[in-house]
Amino acid sequence: MHEVAKLARIALSPGEEEELSRQLGQILDYVTKLNALDVSGVEPMAHAAPRLNVMRPDRPEPGLSQEAALGNAPAHGNGLILVPRIVE
Amino acid sequence: MWSELRIVSLGQAFMSLHRLSVTEAVARLARREISARAILESCLARVDRVDGRVQAFLSLDREDALHQAEAADRALAAGVRHQDRPLLGVPIALKDVLAVKGQPLTCASRILEGYRSPYDATVVERLRIAGAVLFGRLNLDEFAMGSSTENSAWQVTRNPWDLGCSPGGSSGGSAAAVAADECLAALGSDTGGSVRQPAAFCGVVGLKPTYGRVSRYGLVAYASSLDQVGTVTKTVDDAAQLLQVIAGHDPRDCTSLPEPVPDYRAGLDAGLRGVRLGLPREYFAVAGLDPQVRRAVEAAVGKLEDLGAELEEVSLPHTEYAIAAYYIIATAEASANLARFDGIRYGQREEGRDPMELYCRTRGAGLGMEVKRRIILGTYVLSSGYYDAYYLRAQKVRTLIRQDFSRVFERVDALVTPTAPRPAFRLGENRDDPLQMYLADIYTLSCNLAGLCGLSVPCGWTEAELRLPVGLQLLGRPFGEGTLLRVARAYERASGWGSARPRLDAE
Repeated sequence: MHEVAKLARIALSPGEEEELSRQLGQILDYVTKLNALDVSGVEPMAHAAPRLNVMRPDRPEPGLSQEAALGNAPAHGNGLILVPRIVE
Repeated sequence: MWSELRIVSLGQAFMSLHRLSVTEAVARLARREISARAILESCLARVDRVDGRVQAFLSLDREDALHQAEAADRALAAGVRHQDRPLLGVPIALKDVLAVKGQPLTCASRILEGYRSPYDATVVERLRIAGAVLFGRLNLDEFAMGSSTENSAWQVTRNPWDLGCSPGGSSGGSAAAVAADECLAALGSDTGGSVRQPAAFCGVVGLKPTYGRVSRYGLVAYASSLDQVGTVTKTVDDAAQLLQVIAGHDPRDCTSLPEPVPDYRAGLDAGLRGVRLGLPREYFAVAGLDPQVRRAVEAAVGKLEDLGAELEEVSLPHTEYAIAAYYIIATAEASANLARFDGIRYGQREEGRDPMELYCRTRGAGLGMEVKRRIILGTYVLSSGYYDAYYLRAQKVRTLIRQDFSRVFERVDALVTPTAPRPAFRLGENRDDPLQMYLADIYTLSCNLAGLCGLSVPCGWTEAELRLPVGLQLLGRPFGEGTLLRVARAYERASGWGSARPRLDAE
């Protein structure tokens, strides 16, 4: 659970970790019922209505202004989004 | 004396405008008997009277709504007709997953507290062009994950028919607000039943269009191959009216389909003669099917037959695998979609020493338990070593489920089923058992997996002392909305169930 939570980028309290372990165990037990089916030769379905290579003309179109794009940022300055230091 | 009486009757007429359906409101607006402002004010007064108990609305921008209503009245005065702007002056509320420029968009999550949309969703743009007065943000299960609206970070919405019961979910706010006459109609979203199941629980009409029929641009994504915007209305005619406005191709959503949009209201009263309806054997054999729901649905089936429909039993052999396939596919897609809520570009942030710590703390603090559960499950089924066993297998089962439907739709025009195995459950009933909650979605999930359309229409009540509505579900071929609306309309007219309203005033 600890490893998966880390992959999902979610900090869990020990209580949450315990509760989720138990519940996910039950859910994973339940979904093993899929193993009862023979799926050999069946194509996987990723999408209800696949449309491949949907193109649009390569033309510049108006997008969000810098002000609008930064409007919801938790921290910004000089027109940039601020984040913790990444490189030393 | 005469003038006093007149004032009283005008007052009464004013007080009840929130009860109108969309089509009734349009007819009266077109005749200039009432103003858009009066309808909106009646809805706002209704919200003031009942929403303290129902708790459907997360926020409400009265001033903005009044401006829209006044603009609609000016357009009507200038001679603009409903032929050109079919919803001119009609107040409609929106589930808080649809972007409205300048308005909050929280998805009922702490992680989006304070967020304001920088643009309009395509459906919002279309409603505006049609002249609708958009007001209010409606409650939901956080990020549309849930079937009870209890997974909201802000409040628990209550079922207007019994305030101790859930309105269903995830579009519980939409269904409760329409059932309580707080708005004339609402939009919701449906990934596995989130429009149809709450519509059934609240005694209103819920329509999930075919995947690709309605643009998802500006709908916050939960599971992108399953999500679709849907309508919650008081009548079937209203559902047709709203679908007409929101349906159609959108270049900003590359999964929206360029299929032509028919006139949904034209065939509405064509009746049922010659319509072939299928009853999926496996749906009526579900162990948890409540006897009162079964009775109501079987009575409805009898009524459909009386109306001239031809009924036959059909088989969907992979029904029992739908829940497992759905909860693998939906959570896998959710784990990818919700990665964007990381505290960097928008939303709440919990500071950390490095980006990794910032992400983990932000998501740990900002997301609720059900959302964490689904992201973690989705991450697990996609992780290396488990991908083939879970995700790939589920996708193959999805193919089998779709094939089941393709086969039966060669024989019948639509399927008739219960919308949910039980009527609205008590609040808190499944709180500690997510699997039990998932199992209740058995009738609605396959529609999204297979890319069909679905509709829930009221079909009576339970007979217990606390009468709760029961929903009848119709499932149709891809782009078969016209057939569903026609069947639902014939049933609605013959049954008369749709006109009943909860007695919130008496409490």
